[in-house]
Order: sequence, then structure tokens, then C-alpha cells
Amino acid sequence: MLRLLSFLRPYWSQVLLSVLLGALTIAASIGLMSTSAWLISMAALHPSVADLGVSVVGVRFFGISRALFRYAERLVSHSLTFRVLARLHVWFYQAIEPLAPARLTSVRSGDLLNRVMADVETLDNLYVRVLAPPLVAVVIILGMGIFMGLIAPQLGIAIVGFLLAVGLGLTLLSLRLNRAPGQILVNQRARLRADWVDAVQGLPDLLAFGQEKVWERRIQARAADFSATQTRMAHFGAAQSALNSLLTGLGVLTMLVLAIPLVASGQLHGVMLAVVVLGSMAAFEAVQNLPQAAQLLEANLQSARRLFAVADQPPAVAEPLTALARPLGAELSIRNLSFSYGESPVLRGLSFDLPAGRKIAIVGPSGAGKSTLANVLLRFWDYAEGEILLDGQALRAYRAVDARRMFSVVTQNTYLFNASLRENLQLARPAASSAELERVCRQVELGAWLTTLPQGLETLVGERGAQISGGERQRLAIARALLKDAPIFLFDEPTANLDPATERRLVETLHTVSAGKSLLWSTHRLVGLERMDEILVLEAGRIVERGAHAALLAQNGLYARLWNLQNRALTE
Amino acid sequence: MFSRPLFSLARSARMALTLTILSNFLTGLLTISQAWLLAQVINAVFLRGQTLTQVAPLLWGLLAIVIFRAAFIFGSEVNANRVAQTVKTEMRSRLVTHLQALGPAFTQNERTGELATAALEGVEALEAYFSQYLPQVVLAASIPLSVLLIVFPIDLLTGIVFLLTAPLVPFFMILIGKSGEALTGRQFAMLGRLSAHFFDVLQGITTLKILGQAKSQAQVIEQIGERYRQVTMQVLRVTFLSALALELLTTLSTAIVAVEIGFRLLYARMDFLPALFILVLAPDFYLPLRQLGLKYHAGMNGVTAAGRIFQILAMGAEVDTGKTDKIAKPANRPTFDFRFLSVSYTYPGRDTPALNGLTCHLPAGQRTALVGASGAGKSTLASLLLRFIEPASGQILVGETPLAQIPPEEWRQFVAWVPQNPYLFQDTLAANLRLARPDAAESDLVTACEQAGLMEFVAGLPQSFETPLGERGALISGGQAQRVALARAFLKNAPFLLLDEPTSSLDPALEAALEAAVQKLLAGRTALIIAHRLATIYQADQILVLDAGQVVESGTHAELLAKNGRYVRQLAVVSDQ
Repeated sequence: MLRLLSFLRPYWSQVLLSVLLGALTIAASIGLMSTSAWLISMAALHPSVADLGVSVVGVRFFGISRALFRYAERLVSHSLTFRVLARLHVWFYQAIEPLAPARLTSVRSGDLLNRVMADVETLDNLYVRVLAPPLVAVVIILGMGIFMGLIAPQLGIAIVGFLLAVGLGLTLLSLRLNRAPGQILVNQRARLRADWVDAVQGLPDLLAFGQEKVWERRIQARAADFSATQTRMAHFGAAQSALNSLLTGLGVLTMLVLAIPLVASGQLHGVMLAVVVLGSMAAFEAVQNLPQAAQLLEANLQSARRLFAVADQPPAVAEPLTALARPLGAELSIRNLSFSYGESPVLRGLSFDLPAGRKIAIVGPSGAGKSTLANVLLRFWDYAEGEILLDGQALRAYRAVDARRMFSVVTQNTYLFNASLRENLQLARPAASSAELERVCRQVELGAWLTTLPQGLETLVGERGAQISGGERQRLAIARALLKDAPIFLFDEPTANLDPATERRLVETLHTVSAGKSLLWSTHRLVGLERMDEILVLEAGRIVERGAHAALLAQNGLYARLWNLQNRALTE
Repeated sequence: MFSRPLFSLARSARMALTLTILSNFLTGLLTISQAWLLAQVINAVFLRGQTLTQVAPLLWGLLAIVIFRAAFIFGSEVNANRVAQTVKTEMRSRLVTHLQALGPAFTQNERTGELATAALEGVEALEAYFSQYLPQVVLAASIPLSVLLIVFPIDLLTGIVFLLTAPLVPFFMILIGKSGEALTGRQFAMLGRLSAHFFDVLQGITTLKILGQAKSQAQVIEQIGERYRQVTMQVLRVTFLSALALELLTTLSTAIVAVEIGFRLLYARMDFLPALFILVLAPDFYLPLRQLGLKYHAGMNGVTAAGRIFQILAMGAEVDTGKTDKIAKPANRPTFDFRFLSVSYTYPGRDTPALNGLTCHLPAGQRTALVGASGAGKSTLASLLLRFIEPASGQILVGETPLAQIPPEEWRQFVAWVPQNPYLFQDTLAANLRLARPDAAESDLVTACEQAGLMEFVAGLPQSFETPLGERGALISGGQAQRVALARAFLKNAPFLLLDEPTSSLDPALEAALEAAVQKLLAGRTALIIAHRLATIYQADQILVLDAGQVVESGTHAELLAKNGRYVRQLAVVSDQ
């Protein structure tokens, strides 16, 4: 809670201002009703016009000011919300940046990010709908207590009591009643949604297996459960509304009952009776929405807790205390490298050298540890055993950013941002000119494709923009790698997920663009490997065979076996 | 605001709806009575100097009103919820039935599929319409009207002020609805875009790191946040103006009424009692109208959601099961010898036909491989055989029976389908497998998984067959999903096999294992294979080469090779080796 509030600290003056404006809005309502009551009570006694003058001005003032206060309060609080949100985004990004991707790539990474986003969005209304209402209520309750208390102490106590009964008592009651079914409801809604998505997206499978009626009944059963919980909560809600109305009514009635003897005994001027009653009625507006705010607060706290839990993880790779200067040479040497994510080792005693200009392929079945090697080289994960030397120095002695500077990377999952092609490419070299970008696109054989796009480089990518095929996506990744122009090319399964024809053409391009650079290429597809200087065959984290393509085929080992499996069609 | 189709939905909950409206109406009357009694008490004490004991009967009356009012509020909300739940249940059920009737052609289409998925949210949006908006409409209609009816005889001038200002409230609401809501909508859209940008950056964080741009993004996020704030605040300054006007109208008219009756009191042209009564009523006169404004959004959401739902419900079903049911059922088990007689089909909304007078023969007990570029009509052919769609013209014969005469549910029992991307339900592996045979024993599952080469994977799962799959469970690779589909086909053990091979290339060892399983499955069945693998293609008994919805070549591998035509060119694309 305190940590959550710390996001508001830089804006405390605006928080104060908006609470003040919020309180003034309700105070204006109370003022309008009280002065109006005073005005007509006074008028009933037929005084001179001058005696009414102040109250007439007061009524008009409050009548106008309420709307203006509300308007100002809305502007201030919404502006504040956006500021807090921006701050939250920046904070979370900075917290998560050192953690990516190691701490975020669990099995459910997609799920994690979705949850994080939902949590950040929940915190959107932290100020406007959660914190402001109770603060405003406190100001109003205090103000009413003092105002009525000055008229008569018992009136002050009564109004504070009833306002607290609604604002605090009813709020706590509704929180308590709704907590358990609220949790159940969330789960039931998720289940119903999942079943619905399944029923829609899996319809061909359901029909093909004749299970559509079963599924229909299943959805109806889920919906019935969901509906039962909703009904339960609706009944709680109805009870809360009824109690709210009852307490407000009783409050006004009590004020009346307490004030009547005061009038009768002459302690209170009769004119004030209507003021007390109508003023009290208006005051209850301040506590109307507190139960709702409390429920949102609970949701906010849960979201905040989850976000802090994600953000507070230690990074997978610690930066060196005193880092070396940037590496100059690109000689890479791996000595007896072992690595494990958890219990079982993924890489075991790997050793090889990648001097400048050499081309090495790493092949092996899925799960042999090929991608892990790339993750370790890119400093996404730290290695425990063995050593990686870059330009003759330990890789971990450099700053991670400097180490990554040496690699131009193409992976199987190329992420394109929801921005223009230009922006996506310029990420690799922010200063690149249009001419440069177009030249690189031609190099990766996207030149013709680019000219078919009506907006060329300005075409938007992703949800809102052009549909991009798997092959084009990978070519854009290669273009980025070229723009980055690092001395070592690192290809991690760049052709996975592509059909064989596209794969074949892409392999050609990859060979062309990497000419003259160091190259480390991991793949499970044995295509185009004749052109590599050395092939390392990885199985269960170990190098089981190494050599050039022809020599490995002659060895008749794992490589030859994989090769034969893949090219069976031709040999049979 | 009152959507007729929406209202008709509530017909099945007529009783609850009537009770809701009645409770709300009575709440309104009690509100007015409460104001009247309050004015009576104050008048009696203030001007007539009565004591607590003298006004006690009036106070008891007030207490009773307070209690009854609370009770009616409770009743109204409980009944409103009942209406909402009844309507939602009915809508969900109608939607499910209708979506199934519309079939995969509808749900698998990118645009309409999204519509179908979103329909559930649409149903939920009806909740707010029925439980919040509709009762509020009743209040907004009944209370001000009753107040007017009572105030006019008491005080003409106030009645006129009320009458003149009241229509302005809906006027401003419509203003908010027309321009303001659009602007608020834009604000939501902007907030959405802000979130979308942030999500985009988070998703691409690894890419940013690789490209060395990760640190600098924090600044970009901050700048974008600030820019959105400025733009949005400009919009909001205007949007909130309508709300300002609305609020000003209601408080200002209360103030006008107070001053106006105050002066008439002063000059003894009016009594205190009616004056106070009107003053107490004034906020209550505008309150329901203002609250309707607050719930307007929920109401509009309900109307739009209902519009989308009715749009789906208005679409015609693809396979008319009613028509086929009338025809006498065919012999128990048809001969699986298929003849396509100039079959054509065009997808809704497309210009070019997917199948264009296709004629071919799939002999019983043989394996037919379909070859052709994407878009040649291979999947359409499969959809026809699965009865997901019906031919626009032409006929498909199974043995001697037209396929259209067999009820689809019955026909599908004979077909085992292995799709390219099998759908995995968010349920346990066992449930996913039992889709093919709900009564399968665990030993059957084991056998099927062994045959499909999936047992090794099952053994590695923490809870074996009971492990949940999908987003919240174990993640399944493309190769494993394929094997789940094969295991389903083994479980189903149907005489006709429809196999759609995956296009993307797998690890060679994996691919070989899959192929062995497929060979096992093919044994002793009539099969149609949409082939992407060279090995499958030339082991087929017959190969059909499809182009632009027609069979352009057919024969065995050797025959087609000798022709050196379309097949050979297509083969080059498939193998590229």
C-alpha cells in the first residue's frame, strides 16, 4: 500500500488540490440545500428583503459553483491519473528490463505478460476511483461534524455516526460479503470464457467428433454456475443498496428527532430546523460510492502485489562491478562450457573457437541445447562452469550491452513492433537514412516486396498494418541484423516454422549476407551446411561429432543419420 | 435507448421485469411521500410550535416510509438481476446453437470468428443494460413525472420551471451521447493505444535488447505517456463541458426555485408547507435523470452488444440439417467410394470459386493424395467431406447415396479427421483425447498414444493423462499436437480417414516418427490426404493435382512423372530439392 502510494508522491500538490475540489463540490451541494432551507424558512417569517439578501446570493453562488468545482476536479484528477500511469509504465519497464528474457520466459510467458498488462490497467483508476473518494469523504464527515456540532453537540455526533455507518460500516460489510463469491466469480468467468473460446475455435474438431451437443450442455452448466454466483452477489448488492437507503433515511430522521426538542425548548432557532434536515440529506452524497471504491482498492492492491512480485526478482545476469572497455576484436572462444536452467544440465563441456570470419553450424535434434548457447552468448543467462572468451577476455567481464553489441542476431521468433517498417528497421540503426534502409531491403530480397506496399517504408506492421508472411518477417530480421552490422552473425533456427521452399530461399540469403563475417548458425534442418567451415553436432548438450559436411557424412554417425532421414525422399 | 429487440428478450422474464418496474415506481412514490411528511413535520414544529410528542405520528409514518423504501429498493435490484440472468442464459444458449449451425466456415474465418468469440462478452454487456440501465430508465420516467403531477396543482410557477428544465436534462444527455460519448470513446481508444504501445514494447523487449535499444525505451515510454496525457486532456476539457452544463442546469434550477419561492413566501403569496415540500423535492426531481446519464454508457453498451449478437443470429446456417433429416436414413454403413460430380463452391464474400466444377473419384480402400498450391481448393474439398459446407452446385456420391442425404452428425461418425492444426481444448490431455471416444478407458488412451508415438511425451507429463493442456497447462509443440490428432484418429477408429499434413518443416527425426504413425493409421482404411510430404505423395495409390478448384492431373506417381506436366512442377515446389 505504501509502496503504491509512493507513485503519487511527486504529485502530492495535485492530489491535495483534487481532494479539495472534490470536497468543495459536495460542500457546495450541502451549502445549496442549507442556504435554500434557511432562505425559505426565514422568508416564512416575513422579514425585510435585506435580511434575505445574503442567503439569496449564497443560494445562487452554491448553485453555480458546484458544477464548476466538479468540472475543475475532473480535469485535475484525470490529468493526475495520466501522470501516475505514465510513471507506472516507466517504473515497470525499468524494473523488468534487466529481467528480460530470462525471468520472463517461463512456460507461460504469454500469460504472464497478459496478466501484467491487466494489472497495470487495473492501477489506472488507482487515484480517481480508489483514493480520492475516501479522502473527500473524510473531509466532508469532519466538516459536517463541526458544522452540526456547533449547532448542538448531539447533532454533530449523530451525523458523524450515520455518515460513518454508511461510509465505513457498510463498506466493510460489503467487502466482507463479496470477497469469497468475488473470487469464485473470477474463476467461473475464466472457465466459462475458456470453454466458449474452445467451443468457437475448436468447432471443427467438435463437429468432426460429434461432440458439439456435449459441449453445448457443458457451456450451459458452466453458465448456470456463473449465473448462480452472480445472483448471490446481486443479492448482496441489493441488500447494500437497501441498507444504504435505510441508514440515510434513519440518519435524516434522527437529526429531525434530535432537533425538534431543541427548537421546542428554544435552544435552536426554528429557522435552523430545515437547515439541519436538508443539509444532512445532502451530506450523504459523500459516502455513497465508498463500498465501490473499497472493492476497487482491493483489486488494486492485488494487482500491485503481483506487479511487485514480478519486478522484485533478481536479474539472471549480474553486471560486473568494474566492467572492461568495449571489446574490439570478435574472436570468440568457448572453453568447457556447461549450463543448466535448473536441475538437469542443458550444455555439457562445450568447447570450440570462432575466430574472425569462420563459419560454424550447430546442429542437432530439438532440445539439444542449441538455443541455450545463443542465450548464454547474448548474456540473457549467466554461465556457471567453463568460460567464454570474447576478444581474449571473459564475456562476463564486459557490460552485457557491450557484449551484445558484437552480435547481429536472427532468431526463429522475429518480433515486429506495431509501428512502421522504417521504425522497425531503424531500431537496429537509429540514424539509418531511407536510402540505406532501401539498400538493405534489396540486399535481403525485399526490394520488390517493398515497392508493392503503397506506403513503402511507412507501412504499418502488425495488428493495424500490413499482413507479413513468415518469410518476409525473417527477411526483415536479417535486414535488422545487417543494419546493426556487428562482427559476429548469430542465427538461431532462423528458418524454423517455414515451409521447405521458403526455407531454401531464405538459407541462400542468409549465406549471402553473412559472407565475410564470423557466423554461428544453429539449426535442426540440415540445409545448406556444405558451405560451413565446421559443423558441431549437439546431442543432449554435448558435442558428439564435429567436422565439415563431407567428413561428417563419411563418419556415418548421428549427422549422417539425420541427413538421411531428412533426404529420404531422394535416396529411396 | 429502448431497443426493441432487447426489450423483446426480456419477454421470458416478464414477471420479474414487471416486479422491477413496479418496485421502482413505488420507490418513487415513497420518495415523494417522504418529502411531504418531512415538510409537514418541519412546518408543524417551526411555525406551529408543536412538540416531539405532537409530531410523533408523523415521525412514525416517516420511519415506515424509510423502511418500505429500503425494501422496495431491495426488491427492485433482486428482480432486475433475475431479468438479466434469464436474458443472458437464453442468449447464450441461442448463440451456441446458432454458432454450431453456422459451422466452421463461420467460426474459422478470421473476421467472423472474432465476432463469435466476442459474443460472450456481448452477452455479459447485456447484464448492465438489464440490471442497471433499464431500472434507471423506469425511475427517470416515473419520479419526475409524478413530481410534476403533484407540483403543478400546488405551485404553478415551480411546475413550469421543472417542466422547462427537465427536457433539457435529456437534451444534454443526448449531447453527451452524440458528441461527448464519441470524445470519451476517443479517450478510451487513446488509453487503449497507450496500453497497446506499452504491451508491444514489453513483448518485444528481447528484440530491443538484442538491438541495443532496451535502455533508451524508458524515455520513449515516458514521452509517449506525456504526449497522450496532453492530447487526451485537450479532448477531456471539451468532453466534460457537457457534464458541466448538465450539472449546472440541475443545481442552478434548484437555486432558482429556492429563490423564487423564497420571495413569494416573503410577500405572503405562498405558504411555508408547500414551499418546503417543493424544495425537498427539487433534488429528487433531477437526481434520477442525472443518474440515467451516468448509466447511459452501460445502456449503450448493451444496445451495441445486442446489435452484434442479433447480427450473428440473423446469419443463415451453412448446412441445413432440417432438410436432410426428412430424408430416409441410408443403409447402416455406406461404401466409401466417393464420386465428385462437377462440384462447385464459393466462400461467402469471395468472387472466385474455391471449387469450380470439380469432378473426381476416390476409390474405396485406396489412398488418394491431393497436391496443389495453397488456394487450389484442397481444404475446401476436405470441408465438403466433413460436411462443414455444402456444394453450391454438383453432387457428391458415397457409393450410390448422395452425401447430402445423410444427416451430417451421422456421416461424421464414419470419418476420422487429422487436421493440420488440431485444436487443443483447455482441459486435460485425457479429455482432449476422449473427444474422439468419450467412453474410452485409460488403457485405450495408452494404446492410442503408443500407436501415435505420444507415449514418451505422456510419460514426461507431471500428471500423465490428467495434465491440463493449453494456456494454463503444459505447452504442446506443433509436432506433439499432430500426434494428439493422430491418437484421436486411432481412438475413433473410423473407416474413412481425412488427413491434412502440416506444411512447416519439422526436425527430421520427429518427422520420421510421425510418418511411421501415419502409415499405421492408414492401414486398412480409405483415405484422402492433403499432402505436403514427398514420402506421403508417392506412396499414394492415386494422386490428384488440383489447380484453381479443378483436378488438372491424376494418376500414380510414376504415371504423373512420365507426363512431366503440372505434377512435376508442383513437386518441385513441395520438395525444392
